Amino acid sequence: MSAVSIRDVSVAFEAVRVFDGLSLDIEEGEFVVLLGPSGCGKSTLLNAVAGLIDVADGQIFIGGRNVTWEEPKDRGIAMVFQSYALYPRMSVRENMSFGLRMAKTPKAEIGRRVAQAAELLQIGHLLDRRPDQLSGGQRQRVAIGRALVRDAAVFLFDEPLSNLDAMLRNELRVEIKRLHARLGKATMIYVTHDQIEAMTLADRIVVMRDQKVQQIGSPAEIYGRPANLFVAGFIGAPQMNFLNGRLEAEGGGLSFVAGTLRLPLAGYAFNGAPPVGEEVVLGVRPEHLALAEAGLWQGFGVDIVEPMGADTVLWCSDGTHTLQVRTTGTSRITRGERVGLGLDPEQVSLFAADTGERL
Amino acid sequence: MSASLPSGPRPRRLTPGRIGLYAFLLTAAVFFLLPLWIMLITSLKPMEEIRLGNILALPMAPTLEAWGKAWSSACTGLDCNGISVGFWNSVRILVPSVILSIALGAVNGYALSFWRVKGANVLFGVLLVGAFIPYQVFLYPLVRIFSQMGIYNSLTCIVLVHVIFGLPTMTLLFRNYYAGIPIELFKAARIDGGGFWTIFLRVMLPMSVPMLVVATILQVTGIWNDFIFGLTFAGRENLPMTVQLNNIVHSTQGERAYNVDMAATMLAALVPLAVYFVSGRWFVRGIAAGAVKG
Repeated sequence: MSAVSIRDVSVAFEAVRVFDGLSLDIEEGEFVVLLGPSGCGKSTLLNAVAGLIDVADGQIFIGGRNVTWEEPKDRGIAMVFQSYALYPRMSVRENMSFGLRMAKTPKAEIGRRVAQAAELLQIGHLLDRRPDQLSGGQRQRVAIGRALVRDAAVFLFDEPLSNLDAMLRNELRVEIKRLHARLGKATMIYVTHDQIEAMTLADRIVVMRDQKVQQIGSPAEIYGRPANLFVAGFIGAPQMNFLNGRLEAEGGGLSFVAGTLRLPLAGYAFNGAPPVGEEVVLGVRPEHLALAEAGLWQGFGVDIVEPMGADTVLWCSDGTHTLQVRTTGTSRITRGERVGLGLDPEQVSLFAADTGERL
Repeated sequence: MSASLPSGPRPRRLTPGRIGLYAFLLTAAVFFLLPLWIMLITSLKPMEEIRLGNILALPMAPTLEAWGKAWSSACTGLDCNGISVGFWNSVRILVPSVILSIALGAVNGYALSFWRVKGANVLFGVLLVGAFIPYQVFLYPLVRIFSQMGIYNSLTCIVLVHVIFGLPTMTLLFRNYYAGIPIELFKAARIDGGGFWTIFLRVMLPMSVPMLVVATILQVTGIWNDFIFGLTFAGRENLPMTVQLNNIVHSTQGERAYNVDMAATMLAALVPLAVYFVSGRWFVRGIAAGAVKG
């Protein structure tokens, strides 16, 4: 039995259908990240699970119970928002206990749960302050604490780190991951447009675009075997290199051909029958291109050198194609040098040029 | 040559522009303050001094006699009980009208902003139109409706009228204020189990203090200064201060008691004046609060 089950859910605003028949099953204790550019519908889906917007069609099950028509408070969920959404006129303690007080929980129980959550998040010393006396990071900790005291089975995060600066974001990201590990059985659904958050936190990532699920899979699957051109381009920084070319049969096997560049595809696992002779797009990650004097592809010159500390990105061009190559941070290559590039056909991705689907 | 470059604060100079600006401000201040000043000094003069005709002169023998007379014994038509009757009438009209109109406006604004009622926009549009139709248009139909209901010429009637006509502005005010509050706050409260009233009373209302102050100022001054509704709907027993002031000023026989008229006017203006003095700071703050997130 799954912790959260979204079955054929449609959401409509006025006459506009936002989703049509979207389904997703989430296991107990799983950390699922909904990832996609803004406007892709990920937040809408989360709000539908929370019960904050009505579904036009379909069912939502939480913990095996059909909650499609239930009030948000009765769904066994807790939610953390991007803008923290702390009640400005209440102290941190009152903020955290508001839900329990609404539910008429005994005072002693409230005190115990608030103290427990405060200790877990190290905000014990802030309990009597007001939200406007807290920093952004502290506010989001309090918001997470408010979710924790609800003792919910499912935690919903709606871009919780997007309002924080880079350093705090890293810090809290780790904290959320630690929290998930400590809570053990808590299911988490996390919405973000930040691929780093998605990759680092998720057990499974759901990549969305234009209100449609593009791919569901583990971070490694999403990164290593993207299901289509959109996923391939959206995940990974620097971006995957794309080359337009053709699939040709030569000798006993198939090759990718783009002008003077050829790549024999021995070892590439096709999804179905390879469309020989068709237009295809080759995707190769910058770190899968190796600088090699005797490499397969010759005649590239280094256009731009981008040192990033841990590694260096080289923009290499042969006049018609430009490829980003990731190399070590200690690389001494300078602009204008001639390089050869080597790559392993097992690590590349091939997409149909017309549909963008993985081959 | 850094020594010759400008550094530090720019030297202050009294430019012609500045002088002109101050001159304008001073003139404007005098223009608005002079009538008040003349009313004040005239109300403190006995009639003999007023007859001399020197309206700008300070009173030679200041006396509060005119104020006392205006308050308790000036004649409004046939009764000679002063303007105090009107004062208490106005208070009795003001308090329930202000409280009810603000309470209803706040709930309306809250419901329209957060609860996505079906047809909320249409409803709001209709309310807005209501705010822009001249009152005079409603007078006759309302008189007919209220007499049919049997409450015409009563305290209930005048309070009801003030609440109805205050509603569009109050709703607009609170709706716009709540529109500036992040919707996520409302969502968080719903997840925490708040219902329509708990979210309003425990989350939204405590955040609305600046708007409540602004609304109170608007309603207190508006309702206190009202003349036409009071005259039309309140009935003889409940005529507000403004109407009685008019009666005092216009029902004098023989010599016109300018000092009493002035004192009565000052008395009638005291409440709005006090409200401005006490809450001016809050008023500005409340208006500004709409611009930035609270």
